Amino acid sequence: MKSLKLGRLVLPLYSVIALVYLLIPIVYTIVFSFNNSTRSNTVWQGFTLNKWLHVCDRPGICESLGNSLIIGAVATIVATILGTAIAIALVRYQFRARSLVSLSLFLPMATPEVVMGAGLAALFFNMGAEQGYLTIILSHVMFCLSFVVVTVKARVQTLDPVLEEAARDLYANPAQVFWRITFPLLLPGIISAALLSFALSFDDFIITYFNSGPIDTFPKVVYIAAAKGVPAEANVVASAVFLLAFVIVIGTQVASNLRAKRLAK
Amino acid sequence: MAFAAFSPSAAKATGSQAKSSSRVVLALLLPGMLYLGMFFLIPLVSLIITSLETPSATGAFGMYDYAFDVSSYIDVTTRYLPQILRSFGYAFLATFFALVISYPLAYFIGVRLRPRPLIQKLTLTLVIAPFFISFLLRTIAWKQLLSDDSAVLNFLRSIHLWGEHQYFLGTPAAVVWGLTYNFIPFMTLPLYTSLERLDLRLLEAASDLYANPLATFRKVTLPLTLPGVISGTLLTFIPITGDYVNASRDFLGSSKTSMIGNMVEADFLQNADYPAASALSAVLMAVILVLVGVYVKRTGTEDLL
Repeated sequence: MKSLKLGRLVLPLYSVIALVYLLIPIVYTIVFSFNNSTRSNTVWQGFTLNKWLHVCDRPGICESLGNSLIIGAVATIVATILGTAIAIALVRYQFRARSLVSLSLFLPMATPEVVMGAGLAALFFNMGAEQGYLTIILSHVMFCLSFVVVTVKARVQTLDPVLEEAARDLYANPAQVFWRITFPLLLPGIISAALLSFALSFDDFIITYFNSGPIDTFPKVVYIAAAKGVPAEANVVASAVFLLAFVIVIGTQVASNLRAKRLAK
Repeated sequence: MAFAAFSPSAAKATGSQAKSSSRVVLALLLPGMLYLGMFFLIPLVSLIITSLETPSATGAFGMYDYAFDVSSYIDVTTRYLPQILRSFGYAFLATFFALVISYPLAYFIGVRLRPRPLIQKLTLTLVIAPFFISFLLRTIAWKQLLSDDSAVLNFLRSIHLWGEHQYFLGTPAAVVWGLTYNFIPFMTLPLYTSLERLDLRLLEAASDLYANPLATFRKVTLPLTLPGVISGTLLTFIPITGDYVNASRDFLGSSKTSMIGNMVEADFLQNADYPAASALSAVLMAVILVLVGVYVKRTGTEDLL
């Protein structure tokens, strides 16, 4: 009996160790955003809030953050619109080229980033297009698209087509059916797809590096700085983004749990 | 997660809709499909065209003429053979370690924590937490935590588990460590999706029929969660083969650990040897497609694609 109880502890213990392994570099990055370092941020030199208060004093950090936010926002909007349309078509309609469509959505996810980055760069180079914001956004939309389709598709599958039929029976025109019934029901899926897409775009380095020309994104600045030592201000930006995202996600989960409990009563 | 979502069984359309809606389908599909054609398919074609070019007759640096010259392929497969072998070797190891770490973790979250939905969701959030913070900075964190004079290595030295003049950064072990770390969430999430749907009554049935825990796992749990294992290993293995951040000298690697991606980056962005970089990318893509095809066939789940 006793050995059985000990046996049941093995899995939780293993999981806790795995989670600690996953979280160590995150904690390290946040802690070192408070490091009173001068140039390279490798040795702990005491606590300071200065890097958080004067984060934009370090040249390049806030400009690149702004670029990453703009690129992420535009790429997310385009990818979410294109991807949601495909997801609806895949679940709700029967058509002959279905497996071809699935394959063309699967392939970008099965292609290493360095291949896509080099391929896009070769295309822009052969076309004589100058690299900049546009080439970065065009590449980001491409790799976000498949992930949007997968995420929204999962939500479309949970929708009951009967709800839309009911609306049609009540003389709603197709636009009304979409905006009053389908879209609000799909919204949670669309929002998580948009968040995923923004996160992918914001953190992308490899494809961006091949197609950004003179434009600096936040990951690109970190990569270039890595040769000499990354400044603590980069840790500040990354930590702030992390804490914001983390608080939003945890808050949403706790809130939805409370609502579920209240409904259960 | 990703691969299972593309299974054809998901199609549910009523007959009346199917007839009247070809124009709607076209309007929904066409923009996205044209986009993928333009910015996924054409770049791959562009890559192959570039890989067959020859140096410009004028001899100008970085200029090439259209041709059908396969010499770049012969050149890169001989010159970069160590990098090609290393990439796939590291990818096999890191995928294996990620699976060993992720399966129990996903089982714990998806099965054991099922009676407590809030704790389950919050634990899953910890698994995807790394996605919220720059992966370059997380890799740099490991670089500093495991550097030659780090507290970790000094502690290991003091208890004689680590050699006095032995270093960790720049070794294949450090690169595999970083690759495993960076891609664990891509393994855990599809595994969790499979395990969370696992019907526990089947496990009870197996033990009622006198199967021991090991037999239950081998005959029931594992086969039922195989789709998660397949999509997890693919989502981990494929990006790892093309990764070059972990293996780079400025992160966890050294010149002795360089992978395919490092060579593509150097040839494309520094040496302006576009045909070589393109040929190497095409070789990587071809090997991946063959390996994935064989893997999916052998595991008997062709319908996943």
